Amino acid sequence: MEIDTPTRLSLYREMVRARYFEQRAYDLFIEGLLKGTTHLGLGQEAVAAGFAAAMREGDMTYCTYRGHNHTLLRGAPMDALMGELLGRANGICGGKGGSMHLTDVTKGAMGSYAIVGAHLPIAAGAAWAAQVRGTDQASVCFFGDGTTNIGAFHEALNIAAVWSLPVVFVCENNLYMEYTPIGDVIAVEHPAADRAPAYGLEGIIVDGNDVDAVYETALRALARARRGEGPSLIEAKTYRHGGHSRADPAKYRPSAEVEEWMKRDPIVLYRDRLLALAVEVGDLDQIEAEALAEVDHATELTKATPPPDVAGLMTEVWADGGSAWRN
Amino acid sequence: MAELTYRDAVARGLAQEMERDERVVLIGEDVAKAGGVFKTTAGLLERFGPTRVRDTPISEEAITGMIMGAAMNGLRPVGELMFSDFLATCWDIVTNQIAKTRYMTNGQVELPLVIRTANGGGARFGGQHSQSLENWAMAVPGLKVVAPSSPADVVGLLAAAIRDPDPVVFFEHKMLFPIKGEVPDGELVDELGTARVLREGNDVTLVALARMVPMALEAAEALAAAGISVEVIDLRSLVPLDTRTLLGSVTKTSRLFTVEENPRLIGWGAEISSIVAEELFWDLDGPIVRITTPHIPLPAADELEDLAIPSVQRIVETVRRSAG
Ligand SMILES: Cc1ncc(C[n+]2csc(CCOP(=O)(O)OP(=O)(O)O)c2C)c(N)n1
Ligand SMILES: [Mg+2]
Repeated sequence: MEIDTPTRLSLYREMVRARYFEQRAYDLFIEGLLKGTTHLGLGQEAVAAGFAAAMREGDMTYCTYRGHNHTLLRGAPMDALMGELLGRANGICGGKGGSMHLTDVTKGAMGSYAIVGAHLPIAAGAAWAAQVRGTDQASVCFFGDGTTNIGAFHEALNIAAVWSLPVVFVCENNLYMEYTPIGDVIAVEHPAADRAPAYGLEGIIVDGNDVDAVYETALRALARARRGEGPSLIEAKTYRHGGHSRADPAKYRPSAEVEEWMKRDPIVLYRDRLLALAVEVGDLDQIEAEALAEVDHATELTKATPPPDVAGLMTEVWADGGSAWRN
Repeated sequence: MAELTYRDAVARGLAQEMERDERVVLIGEDVAKAGGVFKTTAGLLERFGPTRVRDTPISEEAITGMIMGAAMNGLRPVGELMFSDFLATCWDIVTNQIAKTRYMTNGQVELPLVIRTANGGGARFGGQHSQSLENWAMAVPGLKVVAPSSPADVVGLLAAAIRDPDPVVFFEHKMLFPIKGEVPDGELVDELGTARVLREGNDVTLVALARMVPMALEAAEALAAAGISVEVIDLRSLVPLDTRTLLGSVTKTSRLFTVEENPRLIGWGAEISSIVAEELFWDLDGPIVRITTPHIPLPAADELEDLAIPSVQRIVETVRRSAG
C-alpha cells in the first residue's frame, strides 16, 4: 500500500507533537509543577500516531496511565491536557483525573486506565455495544507487555474472539514492565503474539517504531473489525526512551540495548524516510517549529491558569452532578 | 394484581424494561439458554433473542468490564453475577473502574448499568456462596446499592435501577426467591433511595434489609403480643439512603435496633447508628442496638448457620431485653 505524502506529513506531525508535549511534561515534573507521577510514551509515539491516523470519528480509544500520546493524538486539546497534568482549572477532567487518567470522550478518547488490564474488557464492551447497535465503530485498546499476564487480558481476549467483537487489542511491547524485563516472567518469546492462537487469532507482530507499518497494520485490523470478522491482537515492538515513571533513570536496562533502540527512534527514522522520499527539509522543520509553538502556548496558558474551583471536589459522583448519598 | 414469586419478579422487571427500551440488554453466566441458575431470567432469551440476552464465559471481569464499556457506548446493560461472593473476582472493575470513572473524568462518562447478583445466606452453601456483601458496595463512592425484600419491590426497584443513569448493584436475596407476594399489574417503577415503613409502632424502630425484613416483621408481631409496639422499616436501598424516613421514625420511638445479615464490623447498621447517634442523640431513650451476624465467615451446617444469621427469636429476645 502506498501512503500519500499528506498522510505521511500528518503522521510525522503527530509524532512530533506527542514528543514535544511529553518532553515538556517531563521538564514540568522536574520543575515540580507537575505533581504525582507521569508515565511517558517517549519513544513509543509511532504506535499512537499510526493508530490515531487509521481510526475514524466514532472509534473509541482505551489506553493506560501511559496514555498522553493516545489521548492527544485522538484530538484532545493540548492545553486542556496540560491543564490536567498541572492540576489547573483548564484541565480536561477538572483536575480530578491527573496524568494517569486523561480522557476526552468527545474525541473518542474513552479514558486512561491505571489498574493493569482493567480496560481490556471495558474496550471489548464498547465494541459489543457497537455490534448490538449496528454501528460501524471499532474500539482500540492499548496496553503493555506486562499486561498479558493478568486475568483480565485472557477474559477480554476470549470473549471478544467468541463474540467476534470489533475491537483491536494493541500490545505495546516495550520489553519491560516497571523495572523487570518481560522475558523474565513469560514462558513464550512474544507476550501477546504467542498467546493469540489460544483465542483463535493470528499472532501479529509489527515494528512499533515504524509508523507506516503501524498505520497499515491498524487499517487492516480496523477494516477486519468493521467487516464483522472480529478482534485482532497486535504486538507492536517498541521501547521507552526513559524510565517507567517520574524521574526513573532506568538503570536496570543494559546500555547496549538502550543505544540500539535509541538509533531506532521512530521520529528520527521517519524523518530520514521522508527526506529520502524527497520531502523538503523545510517542511519538516516547519512542522517541528509549529509543534513546539503549540506546546509553548499550552504551557504558558496553563501556567497562567488558576487551580480548579474547589466546588468541583463534590461534583460529578452521580449523574445529577452532585455527590449526595442521603436525603 | 397477580401473585408472583420474588424469583419470577426478577424476570418480570427485566422484561418490562427490555420491552420499553431496546438499549437494555442482559449478560451473565447461564442467564440465556438455562434461564439463570436461580431461574430468575427464565424466558427472556425466547422473548428478546440472543443479541439481547447472552451467555458469557466464566469471566466476571469480562461481564462487569463489558457492561461498563457497553454503557459508555449507548446501551443500558444489566450484568448478572451468579453469586455476590464472585464480586471479589471483579472488585477492581466494580470499584476502581465502574464506581469512579464518572468522577475522575469530571462527568464525561455516564454509566447507566446494573449489576444483579444473588446475595445472602441461609441455603447451607458455606462461606463462599452465602455472604451478605451489601456493605462492601455501600463503602464505595459512586455505587448505588439496592436490596429488595418483596416481589413487588423487585420489579419496581429493578426498573428504577435500570432507568437510573448511575451504576447500581442490585442484591437479590437467594432465600427470598421462592417467597410470593402481590405485584400490581401494568408498568411498575419505584424510586431508589426510599425506605418503607412496613409496620407502624411507637416503642422501638427496627430497621432491616432484604431477608431480614420478613424476620423483623415476624418479630414485631411477637413483640406486640409482649406489649412492645415496634415500627419496622425496610431500607430497600443503602445508597441513596433514606435517612428522612429513618430519623422520622426514631424521633417518634426514641429507640433504634438494626437487623443486619452482614458480619458485624462496618455492617450497614454501623453507619445508620452513627447517623442516628449524631443527629438524634438527645431524643434517644436507650442505646442503639445492632443485631448482626457475628464477625465470622458463614458455616454450612444447619444449626451453625442458623445460629450465625439473625433469627426471629434473636430479634425478639434482643429487643425484649433491651427495650422491655
Ligand atoms: C493490577 C496492577 N498491578 C500492578 C500495577 C503497578 N504497575 C503499574 S504499571 C506496571 C507495569 C506494567 O507494564 P506493561 O503492561 O508492560 O506496561 P508499560 O508500563 O510498560 O507501558 C505495574 C506493575 C498496577 N497499576 N495494576
Ligand atoms: Mg511494558
